Amino acid sequence: MAYSPHTEADHRRMLDAVGVVSIEDLFADIPPAVRADRFAVPPPLTEQEVRGELSRLAGRNVLPRVSFLGAGAYRHLVPAVVGEVIGRAEFATAYTPYQPEVSQGTLQSIYEFQSMVCELTGMEVASASHYDGATATAEAALMACRLTRRDRIAVSSAVHPQVREVLRTYCSGPGIEIVEVPAELAEGGSGLTAPDAAASVLDDDVACLVAQQPNFFGGIEPMRELGEAAHVVGAQLVALVEPTSLAILEAPGGYGADIVTAEGQPLGIPLSFGGPYVGLMAARMASVRQMPGRLVGATRDAQGRKGYVLTLQAREQHIRREKAASNICTNQALCALAATAYLSAVGPDGLREVAQLSMTQARHTAAALEEAGLGERRFTAPYFAEVAVRVPGAARRHAALLERGILAGHPLWTDYPDLDDTLLLAATELTTDDDIAALVDALEATR
Amino acid sequence: MSVAERAGTVADASGRGAAFASPSAGEAATVVEPLIFEASAPGRRAVRFPQPSERARRVATGQPDLPAGSLRATAPRLPEVSELDLLRHFNRLSQLNHAIDLGFYPLGSCTMKYNPKVNEWAAALPGFAASHPVDPAASSQGSLELEWLLGELLREISGFAAVSLQPAAGAHGELTGMLMTRAYHRANGQGETRTRVLVPDSAHGTNPATASMVGYETVTIRSNERGGIDLDALRATLDERTAALMITNPSTLGIFEDQIDAVLSAVHEVGAIAYMDGANLNAILGRFRPGEAGFDVMHFNLHKTFSTPHGGGGPGAGPVGVGERLVPFLPGPQPILAEGDPDTVRRNAWAGRSTPGARFALEEPGSRPESIGRVRMHTGNFGMFVRAYTYIRSNGGAGLRAVSDDAVLAANYLRVRLADAYDLPYDRICKHEVVFSGRRQKRANGVTTLDIAKAILDHGIHPPTIYFPLIVEEALMIEPTETESLETLDRFVEAMHEIADRAGSDPGSLRRAPVTTPVGRLDEAGAARRPDLRHAFGETGAE
Ligand SMILES: Cc1ncc(COP(=O)(O)O)c(C=O)c1O
Repeated sequence: MAYSPHTEADHRRMLDAVGVVSIEDLFADIPPAVRADRFAVPPPLTEQEVRGELSRLAGRNVLPRVSFLGAGAYRHLVPAVVGEVIGRAEFATAYTPYQPEVSQGTLQSIYEFQSMVCELTGMEVASASHYDGATATAEAALMACRLTRRDRIAVSSAVHPQVREVLRTYCSGPGIEIVEVPAELAEGGSGLTAPDAAASVLDDDVACLVAQQPNFFGGIEPMRELGEAAHVVGAQLVALVEPTSLAILEAPGGYGADIVTAEGQPLGIPLSFGGPYVGLMAARMASVRQMPGRLVGATRDAQGRKGYVLTLQAREQHIRREKAASNICTNQALCALAATAYLSAVGPDGLREVAQLSMTQARHTAAALEEAGLGERRFTAPYFAEVAVRVPGAARRHAALLERGILAGHPLWTDYPDLDDTLLLAATELTTDDDIAALVDALEATR
Repeated sequence: MSVAERAGTVADASGRGAAFASPSAGEAATVVEPLIFEASAPGRRAVRFPQPSERARRVATGQPDLPAGSLRATAPRLPEVSELDLLRHFNRLSQLNHAIDLGFYPLGSCTMKYNPKVNEWAAALPGFAASHPVDPAASSQGSLELEWLLGELLREISGFAAVSLQPAAGAHGELTGMLMTRAYHRANGQGETRTRVLVPDSAHGTNPATASMVGYETVTIRSNERGGIDLDALRATLDERTAALMITNPSTLGIFEDQIDAVLSAVHEVGAIAYMDGANLNAILGRFRPGEAGFDVMHFNLHKTFSTPHGGGGPGAGPVGVGERLVPFLPGPQPILAEGDPDTVRRNAWAGRSTPGARFALEEPGSRPESIGRVRMHTGNFGMFVRAYTYIRSNGGAGLRAVSDDAVLAANYLRVRLADAYDLPYDRICKHEVVFSGRRQKRANGVTTLDIAKAILDHGIHPPTIYFPLIVEEALMIEPTETESLETLDRFVEAMHEIADRAGSDPGSLRRAPVTTPVGRLDEAGAARRPDLRHAFGETGAE
């Protein structure tokens, strides 16, 4: 074993104390009929060798020189101090704070995280974290079903396709029906979810409407009107939001969202091929007893010292077992800490700069392509930092650009067959004018 | 189990709850470390960002403006702090934690083993850390190969036919397993008739909670006097209404289910699915392969068995392995070897070489029409896969077997060394953990397991898991793991003896413990009665 502390003498002493001759004796309770027949795991490697193997694999990824790819995961600056904070072994090698007296670091940081999520979303209560934005959204939909005692949900087709897939998976078990609200994606359409379209599928069997702001195409949805359409029939509005956009866009609490979820990856978490990221969830205090996930609350000890504990645990699996609000146990605490450190590092002004610069560069990208006659925006609606652009011959040119180290966004026709020749281009604060010029030049060259 | 709820009820029942100063009493609390919001001053900054160029600003104005009604009126009150103050705040907070890297952490069922640092080095390699999950497969061959190889290793370790890496934690793996169970029965036309999931009374809370999440009814099966599942009770309950049995093996008592073959045949006889909670895999590496033994599905906890750091409560990863009959239902898309011979690719990778011409990809959408679909975005908690792969390759097959050998030896060592001081309800050879009971101390001295746990804190040691499993009165569930030296184990034994002695000589001191920690016992009942779940920014009325 690579990390064994035991000498031969230690082994002997322990075996003697236990009163057995060999370690084999400790496995005598495994019936011979079911013992492992084989275990062909390759031989151990030294640190030097294992570094070689991992370098080999990491080296097989070809990182693009210039990238406009977003589609739910964004390349942002991760300030060095964020890495420093989550690299602290006292955070990284602790577990769920079951013993609050020796877990105040984790607990207080979660309380700060909950406070920041409430500030960003304009909601009253935020959970300690979920696996990712999609599972948080699925759990929010199930929570809305419990709150309204209804068993259908409505979701806009402009919600991230992978989020809709996860919703379908989670709903398939308990047999919750999903109805889709078609967004206006036809030629010359807004690319948004029309409140009328939502209203036409909403009725008093529907627990919630799930909408995304900005939506999958970057478009700014009429969230207030969508919320009204839901509320008229007693359904809830579940708003899936992008956290940096909340520096500029109205807080969901302001437009009547009942449950807010988000993928927290843009807040200081590396792309890392899709995870670990962190799901955010916030709601109203009145719904807290149906909320899934851990919650941290402030309290005191007998000497009047302030301290933090896991609280309202009567919602959770270890207390309520089959009656729990969710089965979640381990969540994504260290990623929530990264988000907390990130939001502290950038502050309100920095977050606005990130949002504004991302938005400006997305517009710069679209304008540059239009100016050069290389493409045109597919939808009419205002957008945040991601934009759908139709580029003739997009499939061929996307592949050709990749050869030159330029990743021209996400091919939308892979999710929406009608959106032929349409690329979803994302910008962040890391997108430079040179990147945009490189994209334009490379597209020119593949005309 | 619930330190929190117990603390509340125990404190109230004994009248000690009254000792807590009421937060509404008016006096200000002493603060160990102020909230980061309190270090905030308008205009302070840690990080700055560039300004957009003139050209960017100019051309951007031609694009449609955001509708006025969609804009935020007031900025979020995030902290405004300098980088140094930020760092000091979190560093000071970190110092309030106990952690594996600081001391012994025998938290049963959680496998708090050493988290090797080379794993962190690997996960931070730019080729991995900057790899975008929606990248075309051509740019992500390294990530996809690593996922495929990890799947191959987990298959070999567990004896299952296939593995999905998607689930983000153990409970998420359980959900995936139960969704596949449901899909399997539906495909056989028994989706509506099989409505029950059987769960032993020793099971972790996530098992019944998972069953409910997929719409199943939970039926609890009692354990026998040896700590195994009661086979007669199981047989009497199993019928054509049973969708699955969820069983933890070794059990949460740290005991290998020695009638496991009988259990599996009884479950399969009625056409139900046998689910194994693999939280305790650290005990049986190289000794028992659940897939080979006949289980249909199991979740791994990479954050337990395969040394990925627990992160203060995650992230982890909870891949599932499945037998042949559940393969069609696995979540998708799966990372696959699209071109190349699997034996050659494996052989080369084990020798640290790439295979020319091999190509990895994600399955085409719709290629397995019976798949339950995605259980999360992207392909999983990839950063954890890098660490687990590094760990498995570092240990190799022989090393992994030795992991279990030493984990089991350490637990048995503690079992015999502590048996004189604490009751041992199931006195037999254990696997990676051992469950004692504090009932002797409770009856003789009025000292609860909670008191014992708090006294352990004053020895600089993290307490075992307490009050779980539920079938052991005043449970103390101890999992030492294989990476703790004999000296550490002996220090723990001394501490436990000192506490057992003190339960007789000075029980009051145990009820007052801990006294060396940054805060003492906290008023958890009060926290639940008056929830304070976010900073109030000096407003009144914030919840
Ligand atoms: C026996 C058992 N089953 C399931 C789980 C759930 O695993 P996770 O916390 O990774 O979701 C745990 C861990 O906490 C456990 O100990």
